[in-house]
Amino acid sequence: MDASPITAQGLVALAKEKFAAGYRLLTLSCVDLGEAGLDILYHYDKNLHLENYRLTVPRGETVPSISGVYFAALLVENEIRDQFGVCFDGIVLDFGGTLYLEDEVRTSPFCKFSVSQTKPSEG
Amino acid sequence: MARTILPFGPQHPVLPEPLHLKLVVEDEIVLEAVPALGYVHRGLEKLCEVRDVNQMIQVVERVCGICSCLHAVCYCQGIEALLSLDVPPRAKYLRVIWGELHRMHSHLLWLGLFADAFGFESLFMQCWKVRERIMDIMEATCGNRVVVSVNVIGGVRRDLSPEQCSWILEQLAIAEKDVKRLQSTLLTDYTVCKRTKGKGVLTGEQAYQLGAAGPTLRGSGVAQDARQENYAAYGGLEFAPVTEPDGDSYARSAVRFRETLQSIDLVRQAIARMPGGEIAVTTKARPQGEVTMRVEQPRGELFYYIKADGTKNLDRVRIRTPTFANIPPLLAMLPGIELADVPVVVLSIDPCISCTER
Repeated sequence: MDASPITAQGLVALAKEKFAAGYRLLTLSCVDLGEAGLDILYHYDKNLHLENYRLTVPRGETVPSISGVYFAALLVENEIRDQFGVCFDGIVLDFGGTLYLEDEVRTSPFCKFSVSQTKPSEG
Repeated sequence: MARTILPFGPQHPVLPEPLHLKLVVEDEIVLEAVPALGYVHRGLEKLCEVRDVNQMIQVVERVCGICSCLHAVCYCQGIEALLSLDVPPRAKYLRVIWGELHRMHSHLLWLGLFADAFGFESLFMQCWKVRERIMDIMEATCGNRVVVSVNVIGGVRRDLSPEQCSWILEQLAIAEKDVKRLQSTLLTDYTVCKRTKGKGVLTGEQAYQLGAAGPTLRGSGVAQDARQENYAAYGGLEFAPVTEPDGDSYARSAVRFRETLQSIDLVRQAIARMPGGEIAVTTKARPQGEVTMRVEQPRGELFYYIKADGTKNLDRVRIRTPTFANIPPLLAMLPGIELADVPVVVLSIDPCISCTER
């Protein structure tokens, strides 16, 4: 599988470019790389032609949301937040880590290891 | 009337799936819908770290019973691609036959539930009566009615004898007659049209941009079907995506009805063109690398991302099911409709929360 590397700064610009070119967002896939961080793969589709882009992020780093360009990204970005603890900046409908999980859950169940999250009110 | 927030589901008399929607309504007109998920999440993707490559077939088949065969096809094709394994041509045709039988029983199940949602119980029973014949075919050829478990890495585990093929064709001829008998009711009855036409409209542009899949996409006039990628034996069969232009609940049901007849035709073609030979190849190699794979489920395009590191376990299996893709389009369909139409519009995407919360 080919996946072109992309940086966090270029994500939204790429999404806008793909949107303008008539691509639809198929989905995002998140892979835990252990201590190396996480891979987030962006899968775009046009007439059954698939293009993949790979963003590698250190654990704990915030990623810009592309849901402002592709509304469909909101569910999968919230899902990745729940399962892998990746925070997306600017999701159009942000569940804040409670799409699947309950409020009191502080760990990311799909991570090999995860940093416990606290709410601002909990210090 | 002031704005009110109504909780809809997860338990609702006409919704068989535990989907919860927060509906903002004013004068019984929906202004906004916000989904809430997580009631039945099972963490099946995480199981890939503890189940080996072959055991994962049983896991993915249980993401959704109704689509189990297609999940297994997608997963096995992904592993076969990583292993550069050539699947015997006969196995590819057998995958098409059982896959299309799955599409038929799923669509007939849905058509019945859809009729039940607006109170047409006799139509519901007629659809499910036809579906029983398809279930009988699966039971007779696989030993199971729903989770047929015929796919293995490298092919399939069961073959069809010439006698079984003849019997299947006889049964499909009866089923086709029965389905066509339902056509005038499903597509022209006053009640059906009154409750579905113009309800939950999604334009072709909206459907495409919001990432809609399957009959939800094709019901808005977009002719995209993952079977056009010619996986399994679809490259040797003739078919064109079924589309309807209107993008409403009626259009989505019409697509499913016509696809049921199309599936009968595809099974006939597959039986007629199926070559002889082996039905599976075996290997002891372990997969390594990354792959994406997609197939067309009854509800739409199913997508798998698989990462393997050469051990007996996989590193990651990511499953994007069609219902997950169809929830954002649903959120675009609901604003502006009457509260009484919400169950019908929600059902029109054929929601499967078992798939969504895999």
